Amino acid sequence: MGAGVIELDNISYNYGGGELLSDVSLQLQPGSFHFLTGPSGAGKTTLLKLCYGALLPTSGRLLAFDDDIAGMDRDQMALLRRRIGVVHQDCRFLDHMTLAENVALPLMVSGRGENGTQENLTELLGWVGLGNRLEAHPPELSGGERQRAALARAVILSPDVVLADEPTGNVDWEMSQRLLHLLIELNRMGKTVLIATHDLSLIRAAKSQVQARVLRIAQRQVQLAGADL
Amino acid sequence: MSKGTIRNLLRRDKRADRVVPPTGFTAQLTLFVSGAMAFLAVFALALSLASGRLADRWASELAGAATLRINAPADQRAAQTEAALNVLQQTPGVASARALTTEEQADLLSPWFGPDLPLDALPIPQLIEIIEGEPGLDAAGLRLRLSAEVPGAVLDDHTRWREPLVDAAMSLRRLGWVSILLIGGATAAMITLAANASLAANAQIIEVLRQVGARDRFIAGAFVRRFTFRALFGAAVGTLLGMSGVLLLPEASDAGGFLTGLGFQGIGWVLPVLIPVLGAAVAFLATWSAAQRKLKELS
Repeated sequence: MGAGVIELDNISYNYGGGELLSDVSLQLQPGSFHFLTGPSGAGKTTLLKLCYGALLPTSGRLLAFDDDIAGMDRDQMALLRRRIGVVHQDCRFLDHMTLAENVALPLMVSGRGENGTQENLTELLGWVGLGNRLEAHPPELSGGERQRAALARAVILSPDVVLADEPTGNVDWEMSQRLLHLLIELNRMGKTVLIATHDLSLIRAAKSQVQARVLRIAQRQVQLAGADL
Repeated sequence: MSKGTIRNLLRRDKRADRVVPPTGFTAQLTLFVSGAMAFLAVFALALSLASGRLADRWASELAGAATLRINAPADQRAAQTEAALNVLQQTPGVASARALTTEEQADLLSPWFGPDLPLDALPIPQLIEIIEGEPGLDAAGLRLRLSAEVPGAVLDDHTRWREPLVDAAMSLRRLGWVSILLIGGATAAMITLAANASLAANAQIIEVLRQVGARDRFIAGAFVRRFTFRALFGAAVGTLLGMSGVLLLPEASDAGGFLTGLGFQGIGWVLPVLIPVLGAAVAFLATWSAAQRKLKELS
């Protein structure tokens, strides 16, 4: 193995007394685009959490940027998470802060919140179509606005990898296409993208725009999906 | 923890401080506890300082003097008093000695028997006041000589009064300091509870912060600053109220005795200023240690 930004080597993960993932091996190459699909409860979110160190595997080896996650202390883990942007289905905003503050949170925690922040922030929120919502609070935003804001927060530190967990789960078709377009744009900028979704129409729509690898979780294993999608 | 780390943790960063929601019962609890404890600490400090002064005063005033009592029949009292004064004049360590006048003796007895005491009709012993000088009074030697030359003389070097009084004052002083330590401990315990409650209530926020790459030091710092500055403010208000209370106490006077002397004097007025600083230091340490434990638990 080697050269992958994130590499899973015979990873297993047990949850609630049972094995949720078994001997999973996967390599995300720099600049690649992946979909991860499978039925609800198959372990898509778990696999994503393993990729950014929110969970540790029960067995096997997990490398992120050539470093073994198991050997990282909490400070190293924090630095790793600055290189991996994550979009959650429930967005996870701090409701007492404005949209601009929420999106700028990664800059603030990494101590990069001073020079040119406001311009970059305005530009980024403009890119996701929220340039006029800087002072809004998360509860005032629609589902689509929240997802786009979560995407902006995930990429504000210009991470190498973007992981998205059901990013279109709470939005209509038009909005899901808009989000997909933004993720494809990020991939064209050189970011590695992994999207966990059960929405097969989204995958079909993407196939015409980007060279995507589709992975399916079935029977605790990750397999390359066939042409039947 | 180095000085630099402490400075960084306490450096105010309005944006970073915003990550912890500003409201919640822990805010009121911290303010109230630090205010109330600082208020009590002012009185404990005043008690301790006043007891110390009292112990010093009693020790020095009573140690520098002795009393000679002439218990003799009325017809021999003047002669024995004269003989005793002669002996005292020749005794090393006696700076001066004088027989109290009838009026002075009546004044000493008037608090117990009233002002119209018929002293002449009572078998009151003659008192001689002795002021000690260098090289100090040899009480045992003086007693031996007096027993030979003045059979009715009884020397009281005040030891029997002085020691229990000074012991009592010293005990009060220790009690004051123990109270201050207990107040500090109780403050630390309450702020630890409040910090734990706040950290638990904000577990989701901590998860989000970690998700976006925050180090534990950043997260702990936001909580530490919040609790430290709240405790500082609460303790400052409590100290001001406590000092106002002490100022309103009556002035020290002989008639009021110990209770009216319960206040600060001279440099003692500066000491209460340290109470908010110590309160903030206690809050800093309590929150820092609570945050470290909780963050480890949440990881």
